[in-house]
Amino acid sequence: MSLQTKVKSILSFFAGTPARRFASVSVLLAVVSAIAPTRDLFSEWRHYQREYRQLIAQRSDAARLEKRLQGGIQQIWIPEQRVVDRCTTCHLALQENSLADERVQPFRPHPPMPHALNEFGCVICHHGQGAATTVKEAHYSTKAWEQPILPARYLEASCGQCHMEQLEGTPQLNAGRRLLARYGCAHCHAITQPDGSLIMPVDEPPSLEHVAEKTSREWLYAWIKNPQAYAVSATMPNFRFNDQEAADIANFLISQSTPSENSKIALAGNLHMPSPEQAAVDGPGLYGQLFCASCHAVQGAKGNLMGGDLAPELTRVGSKVKADWLLRWLRVPQGYDPKTRMPRYRYDDKQVALLSAFLLGKKDDEFLANVHLEASDAQSVERGKKLTADYGCAACHRINGIAPPDGFAPDLSRIGSKPLFQVGFLRGMPETLPDYISGKIRDPRAFGPALKMPRFTLADNQVEALTTALLAQTDSAVTMPPELVRSAPRAKYHPGGDAGRLMEDLRCQSCHGINGNGGDMAPDLTREGSAVQRAWLLEFMRNPDTLRPALIRRMPKFNLSEEEIRNLSDYMVTAYQAPGYDAKALDVHSLNGEAAARGKELFYSKYACQSCHIADYKRDKGYVGPALADVGDRLTPVWIFKWLKDPKALTPGTVMPSANLSDEEARDLTAFLITLRTKRKGNGQ
Amino acid sequence: MKRLVLLLSFALPWWIAGCGKNISKVPSLAPRAYGSQIVEQSGGKQAAGVGARLADPVVVQVNGADGNGLAGALVTFRGSGLTANPAQVLTDESGQASTVVQLGAIPLSYELIAETPKSAGGIASITLREIALSYQEKVGKEISEKYCIMCHDPESTTERVSNFDNLSPPAPHLFSDGNALNSLSDADLTKIIAEGGPALGRSPQTPAYRNTLTSTEIKAVIAYMRAIADPPYSPQTTKQRGDD
Repeated sequence: MSLQTKVKSILSFFAGTPARRFASVSVLLAVVSAIAPTRDLFSEWRHYQREYRQLIAQRSDAARLEKRLQGGIQQIWIPEQRVVDRCTTCHLALQENSLADERVQPFRPHPPMPHALNEFGCVICHHGQGAATTVKEAHYSTKAWEQPILPARYLEASCGQCHMEQLEGTPQLNAGRRLLARYGCAHCHAITQPDGSLIMPVDEPPSLEHVAEKTSREWLYAWIKNPQAYAVSATMPNFRFNDQEAADIANFLISQSTPSENSKIALAGNLHMPSPEQAAVDGPGLYGQLFCASCHAVQGAKGNLMGGDLAPELTRVGSKVKADWLLRWLRVPQGYDPKTRMPRYRYDDKQVALLSAFLLGKKDDEFLANVHLEASDAQSVERGKKLTADYGCAACHRINGIAPPDGFAPDLSRIGSKPLFQVGFLRGMPETLPDYISGKIRDPRAFGPALKMPRFTLADNQVEALTTALLAQTDSAVTMPPELVRSAPRAKYHPGGDAGRLMEDLRCQSCHGINGNGGDMAPDLTREGSAVQRAWLLEFMRNPDTLRPALIRRMPKFNLSEEEIRNLSDYMVTAYQAPGYDAKALDVHSLNGEAAARGKELFYSKYACQSCHIADYKRDKGYVGPALADVGDRLTPVWIFKWLKDPKALTPGTVMPSANLSDEEARDLTAFLITLRTKRKGNGQ
Repeated sequence: MKRLVLLLSFALPWWIAGCGKNISKVPSLAPRAYGSQIVEQSGGKQAAGVGARLADPVVVQVNGADGNGLAGALVTFRGSGLTANPAQVLTDESGQASTVVQLGAIPLSYELIAETPKSAGGIASITLREIALSYQEKVGKEISEKYCIMCHDPESTTERVSNFDNLSPPAPHLFSDGNALNSLSDADLTKIIAEGGPALGRSPQTPAYRNTLTSTEIKAVIAYMRAIADPPYSPQTTKQRGDD
């Protein structure tokens, strides 16, 4: 039988008569219409639901789990947040805490979380494709859906879509946002947060308008070539300029420099500078006494940094600054750079001379040993000016003749939703947004030698923190219902009047917060006026003495005049009062000897306050809270009473626990504490 | 047909080359020496958020028969759910091998196994624990660092001087001290934190935090203590002891 006859016979079997034709078409139709249901029957999610049923059947609480299980496609639908999440179709045990020992997905219960599952769904935090019902489409990038699951280590980014304030559970996000402000990212990149606020830089890159007064062309050259070679903690990034470019920029910066206000200060001829040897002997004592290390760090013998990070590192400062500049700067920092955070200390001539000589001795002779620059010329200056403008130096530094560029670098407000087709990935790197962002931060020029972004000196965890903060800048954050968005408090409080000018001069807010504005290195002063006695405050300003023996960073001595001290103290006592503070809250006559005796018993036995505080230097060792040995001289009785009753109400975020004291107990303890008026032991111990 | 053959002859090399890309390159490290024992140097029992890279590297040491560090021994790091980079290292002159660990995405205690082939044949291995914290446990860590560890951790840093040694006996328990804390139920721990030591007949040096921390925050602290407990905590232990 030939092939042809065979085909003919088959055809006639299926389509020989109209009845056969009808039957064949019917069967075909039935088969075709069964394809979709069959595929559905073997779909992934049904497979997982079957597996889940088997899993729970073996457990002791099978009946309860069975009852709570809903079969079929599950969906969390929240139209106002654009949530259509079907993840719970397979992730069936998200709310079944009894399955906590289950180690394999998709059947693990969700760990405790700050939001309810049915109020936010899954994708707002975890990303991925919520409406998908296959493993691949839900979790990974597909042609139609770019946004894969967010890796767990960047998960805090999702919190940042609504929360601009600092959350306890998001240390990495908080750190990333601090870095964005601290490392000056926001000088070049505009980063508008979802609540409309801009991330503002908090670093104060120095003004270069008078730089020739401060340093040499050679130092500028070496610094531009590699800032970290001068100071390991330098935050200025490395622009990888070649020798010629660095020399051109140094030449330009020197040529644009104009005399500062400070240049008018005549250096007294009778200023006696101690010899370097003498300075090396006497200097460290003065440096320590003035608490320079509260803000400035110096590299130790082992390469470790000792001191604060609020101001530049001083390890090799003698190789950088000119003697005349330093002598003037130590007197009036604002005369050189009006925006500096350095306070204007009232050092006397002797202190200025000794401190200058000591700092100039911090020299590294090798640092500039190999720098030999050709004489500067007009062409070099012109090239330097062009480079300075091209690389956006004026976005951070004030420079004569170059205006701060506007929108110098790409806007990063929506970087967390950047479409992947717009991203040029490097060969071999994983093609995801977190990998792109972290790669770009780590080594920007790897993405193209012509790119201008410099390379910052960042540790791995800093890069991860920055990436987290940037991943929070998503499109969906902007379309969130406004009532969900939590803004960070933003206060621009500056004290007013004469005292305000004085506090500005002393840069109090570089370290102290007042009414929500200022640093966090030193205690918040918002309610200081209710807390302390005027007499104590006067004495403290004359001779600041740390309250907490364990602290390294301390209040420096400003050498204020008596008039300044009076003005400042009166202003603080009047202006910085606690809200609802009432001097009549406590009957002062009840603070008698008997009450004090009862209070002492409470202090040492019932509440064991000596665990954290020192009331008597001879017997107590507590190191956590401030020493209380002279608290009767320092704090007002009403403040002590109110503080003991509810410390959190007076200083939000304080570590001091509240024991829920009765009025009587708080009064007795107050009576005891105000008897602690012993003169401080020794000086500055 | 001819066209098909032509097409295949062009496509096949590309196809084969493409396959080559997917073959993972197994690092071909050859040990130069074989030790007899592997011990932990540092980096075990670190706690960090899920998916995080651990702050400190994990360092192990391979010892020879004489008990001293052995250079050139092959150490393989492996573990289910976490990744170690590099996964294979030869020990340095002091016999040490170090790797950077990235935790998995599920909050639990992961096992990292470090093993080395022994000179007599067979394998010497050591198992380290690394802990991935959930959101709640991370909150607990933050809170305990702010309010608790100045007394509960004897170690001082430059930013925080420990108060541990200034306290009178009994000394505070480390939060990871499973031997002491695993036997306390959540309810008891809550009571101590909220109402202070005397609530359970313990030292008044532990003050009451009821008015300072919210119940959510106290729960978070306990969750953190449970997560870092050593020996590990399992809810059954307290129940059994509670039944006695």
